[in-house]
Amino acid sequence: MSDHLLLSTRKGLFSARRRGAGAWALEAVSFLGDNVSLTLVDPRDGAWYAALDHGHFGAKLHRSRDRGATWQEIGVPAYPTPPEGHVGKDFLGREIPWRLMRFWSLAPGLTSQPGLLWAGTLPGGLFWSEDCGDTWQMVKSLWEMPERRKWAGGGAEAPGIHSICVDPRNGNRVAVAISSGGVWITEDRGQTWAAFTRGMRADYAPPELVEAPESQDPHRMVQCPGAPDTWWIQHHNGIFRSTDDARTWTEIVDVKPSVFGFPVVVHPKEPETAWFIPAIKDEKRIPAEGRVVVNRTRDGGRTFETLHRGLPQGWAYDLVYRHALDLDARGQRLAFGSTTGSVWISENQGDDWLTLAEHLPPVHAVSFA
Amino acid sequence: MPSVAFTQNLQRHVACPPCRVAGATVQESLEAAFALYPQARGYVLDEHGSLRFHMAIYVDGVPILDRHGLSDPVTEAGEIFVMQALSGG
Repeated sequence: MSDHLLLSTRKGLFSARRRGAGAWALEAVSFLGDNVSLTLVDPRDGAWYAALDHGHFGAKLHRSRDRGATWQEIGVPAYPTPPEGHVGKDFLGREIPWRLMRFWSLAPGLTSQPGLLWAGTLPGGLFWSEDCGDTWQMVKSLWEMPERRKWAGGGAEAPGIHSICVDPRNGNRVAVAISSGGVWITEDRGQTWAAFTRGMRADYAPPELVEAPESQDPHRMVQCPGAPDTWWIQHHNGIFRSTDDARTWTEIVDVKPSVFGFPVVVHPKEPETAWFIPAIKDEKRIPAEGRVVVNRTRDGGRTFETLHRGLPQGWAYDLVYRHALDLDARGQRLAFGSTTGSVWISENQGDDWLTLAEHLPPVHAVSFA
Repeated sequence: MPSVAFTQNLQRHVACPPCRVAGATVQESLEAAFALYPQARGYVLDEHGSLRFHMAIYVDGVPILDRHGLSDPVTEAGEIFVMQALSGG
């Protein structure tokens, strides 16, 4: 089980370590003062990757091969030059820039694909690297896909790829989820793409676009590693599950206290077990009744348990971003961090929680290492 | 030869002390400076060679006009200053 936790925050990358049963402590910080948007721990070789968003100076990527003791700045993706006379605007009339704004997802290839990394970015770019991030190339088929122009800024000022699922059975089959722009899957490592949103609905869209792939706003998508026909999505207006390899999606309804939220994680071997962090939709985005809770289903969404032992149950307004909930590789330990700098850890699948931190900067992402 | 100085805030990420370089335009001068400090390029310019949105360049105290082509002229004794376009408190 993972004894190390990485916390990507607005003001640095903090790490925590388990000292004993139920005893975790913060122990180090890298990039103190800098905006760390995301971290990837590569299970193939143990490398850590940290995506930084420097604002004025742009998005950068750093790699550590010694578990954070030292970091090396590596390459970043580059968008192509727009064709002459190109006009690309979103539904609000805003120009979609052809330049790297932010990393929003990082995913390793399979063990059989050493060195292969995938990166999803704002605005709506997908890139791969075959040399552990030293150099990158854009998946132009997705960027040039006509439907891509219908993607819209959902969770950020531009559309972004926040989830990348590399199929554990076939590393050339890759799924991406976009806020907001639906779910797209390639079977041929990025040469062609198809929408996989059948069964989803977007209740915020005009009536004729409710079922359109590009209208869908998945907040986070995961595929069960041990049962890869099962997928889960925390969507803007609900929770959806697929048991036929993303071909069709079924909405999970009547989830208390709310079906709204951002993150979802699925157990690595038990596809019917998944965790969510509910919040009041979407105009408020705070925990219901000021209580921080975690929802867990063990039966594919037929029922949910609302877990709260050890979590604040009053006057708490922590929001949890889509990458800020993680589950360790054995499916036993959970951790999540909030916009108000709190971090909680569970060692028993969410039954009980302990507080790791209460005063960190806003937490963007959480990763077991 | 023109001088190029980068904001102190950049030094935290990339060491790029002031330098004197050959160049008749901002673009030529920066290219020469980036030859000395290659890592600094991506902090100042985007992937298309344009000045990053929240960055500014002054030549002899005057902000440049061409943020994309960086074609503003620089004299032999010109002073180029690369800075963050600070806003807020």
